[in-house]
Amino acid sequence: MDIFLAKLSTFGNALPGDITQGLIWGIMAIGVFITYKILDFADLTVDGTLGLGGVVAVVLISNGVPVPVAMLIAFLAGCAAGLCTALLNTMLGIPGILAGILTQLALYSVYLDINGKANAPVSVDKFPLVISSRYVTAGNEVVDIIRTVGTALLFVVLIIAALYWFFGTEYGMAIRATGCNSAMSKAEGINTKRTTIIALVLSNGMVGLAGALLAQYQGFADVNMGRGAIVIGLAAVIIGMVLGEVILRKHFNFIGKLAFTAIGAIIYFVVLRIVLMLGLSTDNTKMFSALIVAIFLAVPYLQKTSKTSFRRAAKRSAGAVASVAATESEHFGQVMQNSVTGKKEDK
Amino acid sequence: MLELINIKKAFNRGTINEKKALNGVNIKLDDGDFVTIIGGNGAGKSTTLNAIAGVWPVDEGSIIINGKNVTGLSEHQRAKYIGRVFQDPMTGTAATMEIQENLALAKRRGEGRFLKWGITRREREEYHELLKTLDLGLEDRMTSKVGLLSGGQRQALTLLMATLKKPQILLLDEHTAALDPKTAAKVLQLSDEIIAKNHLTAMMVTHNMANAIEYGNRLIMMNDGKIIYDVKGEEKKKLTVDDLLQKFEEASGSALNNDRMLLSGNK
Repeated sequence: MDIFLAKLSTFGNALPGDITQGLIWGIMAIGVFITYKILDFADLTVDGTLGLGGVVAVVLISNGVPVPVAMLIAFLAGCAAGLCTALLNTMLGIPGILAGILTQLALYSVYLDINGKANAPVSVDKFPLVISSRYVTAGNEVVDIIRTVGTALLFVVLIIAALYWFFGTEYGMAIRATGCNSAMSKAEGINTKRTTIIALVLSNGMVGLAGALLAQYQGFADVNMGRGAIVIGLAAVIIGMVLGEVILRKHFNFIGKLAFTAIGAIIYFVVLRIVLMLGLSTDNTKMFSALIVAIFLAVPYLQKTSKTSFRRAAKRSAGAVASVAATESEHFGQVMQNSVTGKKEDK
Repeated sequence: MLELINIKKAFNRGTINEKKALNGVNIKLDDGDFVTIIGGNGAGKSTTLNAIAGVWPVDEGSIIINGKNVTGLSEHQRAKYIGRVFQDPMTGTAATMEIQENLALAKRRGEGRFLKWGITRREREEYHELLKTLDLGLEDRMTSKVGLLSGGQRQALTLLMATLKKPQILLLDEHTAALDPKTAAKVLQLSDEIIAKNHLTAMMVTHNMANAIEYGNRLIMMNDGKIIYDVKGEEKKKLTVDDLLQKFEEASGSALNNDRMLLSGNK
């Protein structure tokens, strides 16, 4: 019991940090949402973009550039990364997934060119970072904890509002149409190459910004900080979509989808914490995210196939036989009873 | 007005699968012409429409719409002049978007798309009235996703979208072929009404010879990537299905090989 309580308190202490981290990754997941859900494009660039955004922000801040400016440039660096993938895909005809992988790989070198080594620390003691994990751990003033979580929340809310506006505009609608039906979009006069480019640029800009926030939050950027980011992003999107569908049902509109993507990211990190406390080794967190995504993607598929599989058909027919048998035996019992009591069936 | 001058197109050039789809198509449509196009399998009917729409560049020849040479323009650039309805009801609309959003997309065909709000209140009222004319009850479902509509409803909506902004030319590519007979008749009737009401220039590929005779003021028969028969006015009105079959044999030297067409033509 004591151990349980102790664990619960550890969990409670870690919760604000997990939520903050979830919110920051939520921004990244919203970037993934733009490509994966709206544009219907599996963009693997983001694994590189997250680290790029982080290192750009850290290096600039360390060299005295004001934090907001550094973050803006991190956002633009992300945009540039998205542009590379978009041009490889639309202008040079390289399939989307491969285009993303190529840019992602190249970004590894870009990171090292910018920083010279894998790790780039930035201290909240020396620079006015907008967010830091320092202030969300147990022992801090409640005000500081709330301020940290609130900062992350503010970013998420502003980004959702901006994207809600953007995808409601004429151009945003053209991007949504491109992802839904590119033949129709062309017939309606939409330059689908350009919409693809803009969407990828915007998505990676979000991820670059998330990288800048994450690097400040954890106090360093690392060349590997984005490894597997796409999988975490997808996990957040998928968890968010499933949950939103269940909770909001018919009212699950666009703004709800963006919000639930961020909520999905928070849930991901909270669940990850629980699993870690239950004894999962930190070495296995990547395995954990891969499994989550695999399971969430597999379940709808299996549900669909099981409805149409031969085995299921066999079961159903067996069930039919069984239910016929059941009615038969019921009838049999009744007949027996009647014959014992000497009554005749009136019907 | 549309003019095609010696349009040629081959697919898979330089391979053993080379297929000469269009072998010098020449046609000149007048304003307000409603042309029906018939022909055997692989005659080049849909290919001709795709050439006009700019789905791919042609190998040779010129496409001129209202005096403007559009041969070098890409598909989305030409959309400014062209309204299209496709054979597959899924192709012409965006399934995950609302009915009114689809209309708003079509409303801006050929115009710049900027950061203005994508659909205005006035537009909504306009679409409400327009959808009423379809008599399908869609005016009360304007915020429904198009994916929830039936094939016939989607084709009717696509038709509305294709003509929302008056096109220089309307291309109907077997747009009733995927529908059940009753719905097909209704969509066809609607197409005819819309074309007449807006004085549109239109081309309609069909496999139904009776429809090809009944609708439009001009009929074109294609074979082997060429136009082999072109008839209009009074002469067209007097045509029968048997006439068409005979014309085909005369012009091509073989019996018609479009099985769907024969089935629907014999009725």
